Amino acid sequence: MLLVLLVVFRGPVADAISDPRLQTWTTVFVSVMVQAVPFLVFGVVLSAIIAVYVPRSFWSRALPRHPALAVPVASCAGVVLPGCECGAVPIAGSLIRRGVTPAAALAFLLAAPAINPIVLAATAVAFPNNPEMVVARGVASLIVAMIMGWLWLRLGKAEWIRLPHRPDIDGMPKGRAFWASVRHDIVHAGGFLVLGAMAAATINVVVPERWLQTLADNPVLSVLALAVLAVLLSICSEADAFVAASLSQFSLTSRLVFLVVGPMVDLKLISMQAGVFGRRFALRFAPATFAICVLTAVGIGAVIL
Amino acid sequence: MNKQAQAVVMLLFGGAIVRASLTDMYLRYVKESLRPFLIAAGLVLIAAAVMTLVHEVLRPKERAEEHDHGHDHGDGKPHREPWVAWLLILPVLGLLLVAPPALGSYAAGQSGTALSSQQISDYPPLPPGDPAKISVLDYASRAVFDKGVSLGDRTVRLTGFIASGPNGEPILARIILSCCAADGRPIKLGMSGNAPAGLANDSWVEVIGRYTDRTITDPVNEETIPYIEVETWTQIDPPKQQYE
Repeated sequence: MLLVLLVVFRGPVADAISDPRLQTWTTVFVSVMVQAVPFLVFGVVLSAIIAVYVPRSFWSRALPRHPALAVPVASCAGVVLPGCECGAVPIAGSLIRRGVTPAAALAFLLAAPAINPIVLAATAVAFPNNPEMVVARGVASLIVAMIMGWLWLRLGKAEWIRLPHRPDIDGMPKGRAFWASVRHDIVHAGGFLVLGAMAAATINVVVPERWLQTLADNPVLSVLALAVLAVLLSICSEADAFVAASLSQFSLTSRLVFLVVGPMVDLKLISMQAGVFGRRFALRFAPATFAICVLTAVGIGAVIL
Repeated sequence: MNKQAQAVVMLLFGGAIVRASLTDMYLRYVKESLRPFLIAAGLVLIAAAVMTLVHEVLRPKERAEEHDHGHDHGDGKPHREPWVAWLLILPVLGLLLVAPPALGSYAAGQSGTALSSQQISDYPPLPPGDPAKISVLDYASRAVFDKGVSLGDRTVRLTGFIASGPNGEPILARIILSCCAADGRPIKLGMSGNAPAGLANDSWVEVIGRYTDRTITDPVNEETIPYIEVETWTQIDPPKQQYE
């Protein structure tokens, strides 16, 4: 039926988007999607391999017993777990279910989407002339993840986290669980990626460059503007470096803030965290993470960039 | 959204990606080097769709048995997938139905010329040939940063599309990409002498001309737009690779 619709509406739709604005919007939207698809798919496949073929008990064995030590170890464990933030939320939830201390699981939740090899490789590809951007992104994200983990140890309350009972892939044969994980992640992450691409295309076409230029010229405003933009755009961490690269009128530091905030706090993450950990948790966790992200990224930017 | 619908969406999405990368269509959106990864990713999407259909449609009995034996740890309610999953239809429609063109004169008018981001320190001699075939970006940076020294009195042949200049006059433009069309930025060239006339925006032309020291300022970002003294020009078909 869709094919029939495609044939019937091809003409009218082509006419409707002959307006150059709409045409440019469509080009940018489609190209963000096309560029992000390989990164999305490979991230999803790798995270399915790890989710299915690495036993979950491995994580609780691998982490130190003392929570304060488990936080940095869990943050670094994020390095080897590729995937975008949409994959990290359910994994962090199941880590807590498996008895991992919440502080370590949360540090992992923040670190994994920001500093894994696929995201850092994407960042290197997007900033061919600024390899220091990759280092700055990794270091700043790692620091934020550890600060938030330790902050949770000092201030967090266990009752803020409420994990829903939900079916998962444990009972399935491995091959089937693998494809179920791939499908689930593609459909979730892909859907939110479309939202992000639409927002990015809209900003690209609607916001006049001159207006961004005024914000970009002011060092404080440019940092705040891109921090807020990262939250609103909610782009998958595997694709956000390409959007940051296109915001070339902004300083490298403000774009670093964009790259550090994006994988840790954004609209789709806040809604996913509210779904997996409960609303009381998300309302406290997201603003605190946002503030720490901005401060750390500016500090690292001043040192490295 | 049930799993069959998700499988269909993934199948269409993967199919659209593979189709775009097997034709030259993907070149409108991304760099050529992404092609093998696009094909692989499209095939994985198709495989995920097929495996989902195999598991969900062809083996319903097995699933029913699982429920009977209580292997499913669910609370009895089906696991609801979010509505955002339907949005994956949009890039499919974009690729199969709309197939938007490469960025052109509208995008070039929206952004300032991006010459300063491409500055290099030394300029090798022009390639042999009379006229020498070089890119719009190469000409523009030699004209502005090298003050035309390495261009000398040679004639050059440039390919680009027509866009509207700061005062509405036709200019020669070309979009440069670092990753995908979202970061596409224009390089703009003014044309003096026998400049192309009577062409609509987005028409592709090949111009042959020489260096001139005339310049103009791009009002969008206050950067310099160099000129070329055109001797002859011809209208051509859009090239396969429209970006530089």
